Amino acid sequence: MGWSTVRAPLSPGRHLWQGDEACAEGAIAAGCRFYAGYPITPASEIMQWMAHRFHEMGEGIFIQMEDEIASVASVIGASWAGAKAMTATSGPGFTLMLENIGYAIMTETPCVVVDVQRAGPSTGQATRPASGDVMEARWGAHGDFEIIALSPWSAQEMFDLTVRAFNLAERFRVPVFVLADEAVGHMRENVVTPAEIQVYERERSAGLAPFGSEADDGVPPMPAFGQGERLLVTGSTHDPWGYRKVSDSAVQDRLTRRLVQKIRAHQGEIIAAEPYMADEELDVLVVAYGFTARSARHAVKLARQAGIRAGLLRLITFFPFAEEAVLRHGEKARNILIPEMNQGQVVREVQRAMAGNANRVHLYAQTNGEVICPLRILSEIKRLVET
Amino acid sequence: MSRQLYGYLRTESFPTPFCSGCGHGTLMAALIRAINSLSWDMSEMLFVSGIGCAGWIPSPHYAADTLHTTHGRPIAFATGAKLFNPRLKVVVIGGDGDIASIGGNHLIHAARRNIDLTVICANNMIYGMTGGQVAATTPPGAITATTEAGNPDRAFDLCRLVEAAGATYVARSTVYHVVHLVKILKNALQHRGFAFVEVLSSCPTHYGRRNGAASPTDMLNLYKGLCVGLDSASRDSATVQGKILIGEFVRGDRA
Repeated sequence: MGWSTVRAPLSPGRHLWQGDEACAEGAIAAGCRFYAGYPITPASEIMQWMAHRFHEMGEGIFIQMEDEIASVASVIGASWAGAKAMTATSGPGFTLMLENIGYAIMTETPCVVVDVQRAGPSTGQATRPASGDVMEARWGAHGDFEIIALSPWSAQEMFDLTVRAFNLAERFRVPVFVLADEAVGHMRENVVTPAEIQVYERERSAGLAPFGSEADDGVPPMPAFGQGERLLVTGSTHDPWGYRKVSDSAVQDRLTRRLVQKIRAHQGEIIAAEPYMADEELDVLVVAYGFTARSARHAVKLARQAGIRAGLLRLITFFPFAEEAVLRHGEKARNILIPEMNQGQVVREVQRAMAGNANRVHLYAQTNGEVICPLRILSEIKRLVET
Repeated sequence: MSRQLYGYLRTESFPTPFCSGCGHGTLMAALIRAINSLSWDMSEMLFVSGIGCAGWIPSPHYAADTLHTTHGRPIAFATGAKLFNPRLKVVVIGGDGDIASIGGNHLIHAARRNIDLTVICANNMIYGMTGGQVAATTPPGAITATTEAGNPDRAFDLCRLVEAAGATYVARSTVYHVVHLVKILKNALQHRGFAFVEVLSSCPTHYGRRNGAASPTDMLNLYKGLCVGLDSASRDSATVQGKILIGEFVRGDRA
């Protein structure tokens, strides 16, 4: 229970992996032993790699389900049977999963859902990258809740952040999203794997209320089916022991507040943002994430060479949002540029974080299904400096 | 229900939420009798249900692990739990809307896989919880909240559907034929592979009231008159025209 150090399943070293493959390897390293999925571009390679590796390892349960709804449903069922479980998909499948993701939030079921984003809406362009699902991940399930979503920018982080996603899921008993994009998912590059992995295992204590805690931000223990606890699990509003309370306003209020507070009150443990040349007064601070952050970093380097005081704040977590880091770096910048492969999603969070200084915040939106090039971001930086 | 069976139940959750005359209480007890006759330990059982009146048969009443899921998806949730822990004896209970309409895809795919689950569909031929709308199992011509002039569509024969999809145990009974029902449920529970039991379960509140069977006894008499045992009639014979066959349609092995 809690944190421990385990031997990595592969001997430490360097691997040439696609982002999707690195994601699957990260899941296995974190202890994932149940995978259910449905084919979809550009996430199918994650499923194929999981099937291949479970077969090779002689352990782990893989099943290709009849659709994405069933995929995440069986992941939740397996999680309650004691598994670390994952599914991966892209936009259309992610949308189908949302009702059951809400169920996982309500029933406090740890699991990992990977969305390798492609250009939408609808079927869109299946092999082209986008970042159009950020706010869908945040608000897509119905009801009122807080979520955790991570943003990998490399094959290395497809590995590292998938491990982290499992740890956060187990720690807070929530579904955790790895929101990748097609460029990161399909890119092939070196990934260094360690000899040991830090993993978190959910608390399984028997005899305690599995859906309540004395603290308003507590994470209750989660025994498994078959452990003899005779668990009552329901997506309806429930008391600490799982009994449905569908018209008790106090139970509804206490439960939904705790579901949010268990994340918000611990956001310091969750939020990650990485500054690059951004610790001084800046002409332009670029706030970027995912594949776009790679281009942004290069653009910042080029801007520096051109004598512009530019810096980057890379978001490694989408949610909870890194308000404090954005404000701290943003306050020292005359302009803040957010390049996104959508028509303005994270920019709204940045504007909100900058409160009275939202007029410094500028969006560069590119939704043509292509990655944003460094020179494009550089010209936006120059334009802001010149105006 | 006799008190000797109370150990299988969370009696603190009584009374049940079911309307008077609802067949689900009878099914709830029949399944417990079948489990009791097998001397199975409830702590090794998992009951998975969805949304709708029948979803409340196991949750919270059965003193076992229960997973009360989203509408239509209990078979998919059960699949994950069973695969990860095959020692669990997993039973899915749901209504006809839950199992056969919104969840129809999961039903046929689980049957195709022949996964070791027992799926019990409490078919009341109507959407009960939401006020009596037409279902995929409502007989043609029946009056419902959304078919005032009579149901224009045909009804699924769920047993034929699931048999065609590959289930290795398929049976039908009713809450009128309780002794038969308990025997069927016992066989279904013991079957290794995908077992499907359709149980006609009366809904006088929403189905009977609009279709000439307003009282609980009217509905039970309807089943009594309508049902013919498979033993006494061949499946396609003229004697079963307009009748509902009950009995075991498929009793295969895992192959």
